[in-house]
Parts: sequence; C-alpha cells; structure tokens
Amino acid sequence: MTDALKQTPLTALHRSLGAKMTAFAGYDMPVQFPLGVLKEHLHTREKAGLFDVSHMGQAFLQTTEAALGADGAHEKIAAAIESLVPGEIRKLKKGGMRYSVLLSETGGVLDDLMITRPARDDKQGLLFLVVNAATKAQDFALLQEKLGDRAELEIADHRALLALQGPKAAGVVDALIPGTGEQTFMTMKPYEWNGADLIVSRCGYTGEDGFEISVPDERAEELAKALLASPDVEPIGLGARDSLRLEAGLCLYGHDLTPETSPVEGNIAFAIGKRRRAEGGFPGAERILHELQEGPSRLRVGLLPEGRAPAREGTQIQSADGKPIGSVTSGGFGPTVGGPVAMGYVDTAYVEAGTELCLIVRGKAQPAHVADMPFTPQRYYRG
Amino acid sequence: MTKYTKDHEWARAEGDVYVIGISAHAAEQLGDIVFVELPEPGKTIAKGDELAVVESVKAASDVYAPVSGEVIEANQPIVDEPGKVNEDPEGAAWLVKIKASDPSEFDTLMDEAAYKEFAESEE
Repeated sequence: MTDALKQTPLTALHRSLGAKMTAFAGYDMPVQFPLGVLKEHLHTREKAGLFDVSHMGQAFLQTTEAALGADGAHEKIAAAIESLVPGEIRKLKKGGMRYSVLLSETGGVLDDLMITRPARDDKQGLLFLVVNAATKAQDFALLQEKLGDRAELEIADHRALLALQGPKAAGVVDALIPGTGEQTFMTMKPYEWNGADLIVSRCGYTGEDGFEISVPDERAEELAKALLASPDVEPIGLGARDSLRLEAGLCLYGHDLTPETSPVEGNIAFAIGKRRRAEGGFPGAERILHELQEGPSRLRVGLLPEGRAPAREGTQIQSADGKPIGSVTSGGFGPTVGGPVAMGYVDTAYVEAGTELCLIVRGKAQPAHVADMPFTPQRYYRG
Repeated sequence: MTKYTKDHEWARAEGDVYVIGISAHAAEQLGDIVFVELPEPGKTIAKGDELAVVESVKAASDVYAPVSGEVIEANQPIVDEPGKVNEDPEGAAWLVKIKASDPSEFDTLMDEAAYKEFAESEE
C-alpha cells in the first residue's frame, strides 16, 4: 500500500525528523512530528511553522494568442482563465495573486485555487496556478480541455512547495532571501537563492502572516533545512495544518466546498469580482448571479459549540426548537481558541452571528451558536 | 493485575471493582487528547458497549467496556483536564470504575505481554 504512494522531495527529511506519516491525496505525508498536533499548532501561531505542501498542484498557464505588448498578453490569458473562474483576473496587478474557484456549468465549486500574475514585464501572458492535491489531475484536464486552443498548460511537477507560517516567518525568510520581508500579503516575486529559482508568495492557509515558496525539487530539502535551522521554526504536519485553517475560517476543498456548493453558498462571494458580477461570463453565472441578488438558500457559517465536545464533519445542525437545518462540514478542537470550533451549512434564516442552534453529537443535542469567522484574528502583512 | 483488550482499553482488578482506562499505546497513537466524555455513575453496561469517548485534535475515539457491570465512579478531573490522559493513561488518568457483574470476563482479557505483542503487530 505504502509503495503505491507518491513521495515529495521532502519525504526522507520528514522521516528523519520523526514524522508520523499518513496517506493523503495519494501522497505519503507527515500528519504530525514528535512535537504533536497541539504544540505544532500553537508553535505556528506563536513563532513559525514549516509545512510541506509539495503535493499541491503547481502549473503555469501561458497564452498562445497573438497579443499587443505585455499588457495585451495579460489581457489574453486573463480572459481565458476568467471563462472558468468568477474572479477579477484582468485587473490583477503585476505580482498580485488572487484566491478563486474553478466552477462547473451549474455553478458548483470544482476546486479552489490561487492565481498569480507574474511580476516581471517579460513574463506577462502567463499565470501561476496552485490547486489542491486531490483535485489536481481533474483541474489540469479541465484547463487543457477548455483552454487548450488559447493557452498552454505547463504542469510544474518538478517543483516543490514549502510554506512558512507564523509571526516569525517574515524575519526567517527575509534573512535567507533578502527582500521577501517587504512583500505584502497576496503578492509574489521571483528570487534567486544560491542559484535556485524561487517563486515566493506572501500568503498561506493558517490565518498567520507567512510565505509559500515554490522551489525546484532538487533544491527543496536544502531550502527546508535552511529554514529549519532557525530556532523559531518547527516542522508542522497535516494535523495542525487542518486545525490552523479551521480556526482561520478557511475552506477545505471536498469538505467545506464541493461541486454541489456555489461560492455564494460557500460564503466566499468576495472571490467574485465586481466587474464579473455585472458582466457574468463564467460557468454557472445564472445560478451565482441569482444567488447574489436574491440570497442563497443556505450559507456556510462559523459554529461555536458551548460545551467542550467537538462537533465533527457530518454532525447534524438543528434549530433551537429541534428542526434539522444543516450539517457540519469541518469541525474539531481549536488549540488557540481553547475549545471546539466548527463550520457548516445552515438555512439562511439561521445565519446571523449569535443565533442559537443545536449540534447533534452522538445522539445528544449540544447547544451552540453561529459565530463570525475567523475564530482567531488574521495577522496578514499588508505593509 | 492489569489486563488489556484488543481495542486498547485496560482493566485493573481491585476486589470485585475494575478500574478502566486506555492504554499508553492508545494514548500515544491518539496524540493530544482534548476532550473526554464519561458515563454517569449508576449506568449499567455490557462488555463491548461504548463506555466513554476520548478525542484528540484529529479525531474522536470510542472506548468500549472491557467487562460488564455498573459504573460506580467516573474520573471527573480528566474531563476538566483531558491532557492528563496523555500524561498518565494507565495510572492517575483512569476513566471509570466498574463493579463487575461477571468477573470471569476479566480472565478472558490479554495480559501485559500478550497485549504488547498484539499492539506491535498492529503497527
């Protein structure tokens, strides 16, 4: 079984650091290191945590259409990707990145992804994409099928992806790669590090300040070791990655967002650009624009159980008077919150913060209420 | 004498009362325990029934009764401080005490050597 799992360029390093490994999206990944999920989580919020996210799908999408100049080339590639996502990509600044979603014809979310416009003039007409591990094969097939006549997809499966997250991340990364500390949240810049070409993005999925660094496979371990050399940095597994993103109110694809949920229902309507709302022109626009206008029938909300019992994925949500109104899509214990946290979909009559609800945990109704997300304050660096 | 189950519970005989908990191996596998749910004293339980729940950050795990009987005491301090289960799972962080209705059930459980071998074979 283990033999069939794919490895990342850091698998050997994880094992040497004493990681407990697990199968995730076809990869042999560290679920936790000797520190343990709880302390890894708290360490990331307090100092800095290093995550191997090399299993995620990186790709470059290059326009093949004739265009006038660098800006013209960007307009071509932006128009191509905008036929699949509802985000404002055309007006994205050079070196800017955006969280968006690939949509089905019925407006469901096929995946969530990061779309980055290159910083350099000579790279315009190109987009850098990062998609989820479990969905990357189907995402890339979709891009090729839908955009094949307008753009060329280069899958960057020779590149690893490391994330350093936490309040100490900027100091650590800037000491190693000078200049990165000046980048603001959701910007990307290319760097050369000891001869390796790096793509450094100021982003992450923990709610903390931090970076994602795309690095050629053969230099990944060297970079990881250089980051781990700082006494502020600990390696962090998938267990804490999940509890950190849950507290940050961020969606886990396949759980909090699925092909059945629209971005409006998923409460990520911020990913739908203003111009796109006026113009449409993305898959499922009819449903999505209708939901924006009239409101969706259900919405993803934060949930705070009032007791100590965590409410896990699949837990039924009932109104205070016992009517089934939805279910939990992600839930567990939030180490920074110090108690259980969850998110789930409820009928829109019950979405206001403070609304009293019940979560049916092991057959017992546990009182809970709707809460604003994130559960912990965001600490992104905006300059 | 302490005996173990294949579901990683332990039971220790104190007369006709059995102290029940989860094994050190189970606690280590679960990782940081953040929630414990125990039955009310007075509850009657059959061997193999769900007795308690322990949850780590990652997942919830049922604890099954190693012997049948009546729950006579629950270890309330571990409900307030679930992390104690990781510190001393086979000692201070016992879960419940059961007054056994059929003490012969205890004899069918694994001794420490057999359990150690079983736990290793599972990995």
